[in-house]
Amino acid sequence: MGKGQIVAGCLAPHPPHLVYAENPPQNEPVAEGGWEQLRWGYERLRASLSEHDYDAIVLLSPHWQTYVGTHFLGLPNFEGLSVDPIFPNLFRYHYDMNVDVELAQAIHDEAAKAGLPVKMMENPDFRVDYGTITTGHLFNPDWDKPLVVISSNRSTAYYSVEVMQEIMIELGKVTRKAIEASGKRVVVLASNSLSHRHFTTESEVPEDMSKEHITSHAMHLWDMRMIEYMRTGQAQRILDEMPEFTEQAIAESDGGGLSWLLSTLDVPDYPGILHGYGTIIGTGNAVVEWPCYAHEVNEG
Amino acid sequence: MTSGEVVASFVVPVHPHTVLAPDQNPGWRRLRDAFNDAAQTIRDLDADLLIIYSTTWPSIIGHQIQADPNPEWVMVDHDFHDLGSIPYSFNIDADFAHAWNEANEQRGLQSRCVNYKGFPIDVGSVVALTLLNPDNSIPAVIVSSNMYANRSETTVLAKSCLDVIKTQGRRAVAITAMSLSNRMFTDFIKPEEDKIHSLKDDEWNRKILEFLEQGRLEDVGQLSRTIHRQIRVQKVVAFKPMWWLSAMNGNRNDLTGRILAYEAIHGAGGAVVHIDPTSTGIGDKEYDEDDVEYFHGERGVLEGSDEAEIDQSREAERTDETSVSESGPALWDPTEAEGSVNTDAAPKPVGAYPHARKVGDMLFLSGVGPRQPGTNAIPGGPIHDENGEPLDYDIKAQTHAVVNNVRRIVEEAGATMDQVVDVTTFLVDMKRDFAGYNEVWAETLGTVGPTRTTLAIDALPTPIAVEMKVIVHMGE
Repeated sequence: MGKGQIVAGCLAPHPPHLVYAENPPQNEPVAEGGWEQLRWGYERLRASLSEHDYDAIVLLSPHWQTYVGTHFLGLPNFEGLSVDPIFPNLFRYHYDMNVDVELAQAIHDEAAKAGLPVKMMENPDFRVDYGTITTGHLFNPDWDKPLVVISSNRSTAYYSVEVMQEIMIELGKVTRKAIEASGKRVVVLASNSLSHRHFTTESEVPEDMSKEHITSHAMHLWDMRMIEYMRTGQAQRILDEMPEFTEQAIAESDGGGLSWLLSTLDVPDYPGILHGYGTIIGTGNAVVEWPCYAHEVNEG
Repeated sequence: MTSGEVVASFVVPVHPHTVLAPDQNPGWRRLRDAFNDAAQTIRDLDADLLIIYSTTWPSIIGHQIQADPNPEWVMVDHDFHDLGSIPYSFNIDADFAHAWNEANEQRGLQSRCVNYKGFPIDVGSVVALTLLNPDNSIPAVIVSSNMYANRSETTVLAKSCLDVIKTQGRRAVAITAMSLSNRMFTDFIKPEEDKIHSLKDDEWNRKILEFLEQGRLEDVGQLSRTIHRQIRVQKVVAFKPMWWLSAMNGNRNDLTGRILAYEAIHGAGGAVVHIDPTSTGIGDKEYDEDDVEYFHGERGVLEGSDEAEIDQSREAERTDETSVSESGPALWDPTEAEGSVNTDAAPKPVGAYPHARKVGDMLFLSGVGPRQPGTNAIPGGPIHDENGEPLDYDIKAQTHAVVNNVRRIVEEAGATMDQVVDVTTFLVDMKRDFAGYNEVWAETLGTVGPTRTTLAIDALPTPIAVEMKVIVHMGE
């Protein structure tokens, strides 16, 4: 078995509005479009990776929130109906997804060896969170690749962003180690928005784009600052400024996904590709790809 | 209107251990027994409605109210999935949910009902309804905890709920699904190792319970922010439920409290508390925060980017031009009768009368104030807030608005302002306002030359400072 490889890492936000706007057959509500800049961004991301085969997707979602350790989906298949408890009018999605349990177990075991509290989730009644489903659909609408789904440990809430980063950077390292040991080609996804201050009202037509904008200038500045670091290969600065960003932009990076992603990619010093940026009910969202395939040598 | 009431209130813990694993730990068993005790109390009270405010159902777009008459699914906890699954099939009072939603909107709240197959009922609500209402004999309603809501919004949420309880004559039980201290152990523990996470958490929990046992619910509500800072992990939803529960009980400190159990659940403070509305007669009310009846906070942010950012600016704007429709008397459609003259260009009446009535060649206007048609905004601002606290206002702006409203009605009748022959003006503060009013008069109706009488009166039905009664001679 050759050495496993991370094909690409992506910042892949999960607002259900994007799925709603696309009208896939799996989703019950019907929209008249909307949020095209981000949806086209996902299209460009998919096109960018279409020439690069991979075996599995590893995804960390901030909407599977665990306060006791980090958890991994641990059964080969989950299917059911995912209803967003916050936007049930937009997202009622019938999902059927496969899990790469072998890889999930491998990352779990590496994390346990590193001293992180971890657990496999093996309850067949478990309902997969809508963040996972949304990002899973937008990245791979055919659902033809198995996923590894990692919960978001809420150490920011318990301790601080610094402690969260310490845990997530460690989790990223063991994720990379397990992937390399698996011999598989993998894409890793952080299902994260950037700034995360919502509007507290919804327009009568949710997809009315005349109502959509960032909630404040400060949020815009923070989003652009972080995106600029991504575009210019300065991942370390993102990690360095994560505490201020998370606090001041109320950023969804509090869930640890972005820190974990950058650590899994070994803190890339090459540019990420910005495929799209847009706001969703006032929050900032970017679709960014780090093309590891072009920068990392497979020594296997 | 009938006389519904809150016949009891309960605080209950949210984690699934009491349903799925009560016998794995003696403390969890005591909590389960306390749930059973509470369920019996509810049955004995002959309650006909359970109202759950759940901290494990966060919302963003205002408050959400469950309105599916029979939500069914299987709940698995995100953390404690290895304890098992909880199938549920609940009996929801959808009519009450919709009525509460409407009452919320009438009090200025953003609110909506949800009724979708497969909607994920949160763990706190599932635990509470499973154990407090095991045979589903009592209809229930569940409301979310808005992650951005402040004290006033949460308080008004309770008052709108009370509106419906009273209107429908219900015997309601108010329930908050919540932890006290909510810090859990961040590592996996054996059931027998469970304890309150820290001495500090335990001490604060006992302080809260001491207050609740004394019936000092409002005091706990007013300590909410302190409690949140001291013993709460900064999760999405802050320590808000006591605001809601206190308002559901009239913001009182003389209730009768009973602690049924207090135990740890994976380190968090779990308690079952029964609060009886019966007065102990010994409560020292230390109420020091403003009460609120209507919500005027940050909402409508989609209407403009500036409004999204600063609550204070919205409040400032409202002192300049505030709608009275939320807090004033009910508005009526103008009465239609022979000779009536009514127009959408004038503000709606606050009673059963027309804007004006024509008799022969004479036109008699009902009293006209400065409220704006459609929005009910008061140019120059209202004279007091919803609590009756005086506000600064601009009498000139109000007087100009009155004259403009008079003009619209007169012109609707086919007359003109120079046909106005007599005006009676009512001012609520002659000393403060006469000069400003007189200045505007001179610029407007004063140029026409009607006779005029100006009277000082105690109050007008809406928070305005000036009103005019006008008579017009329409001539040939």
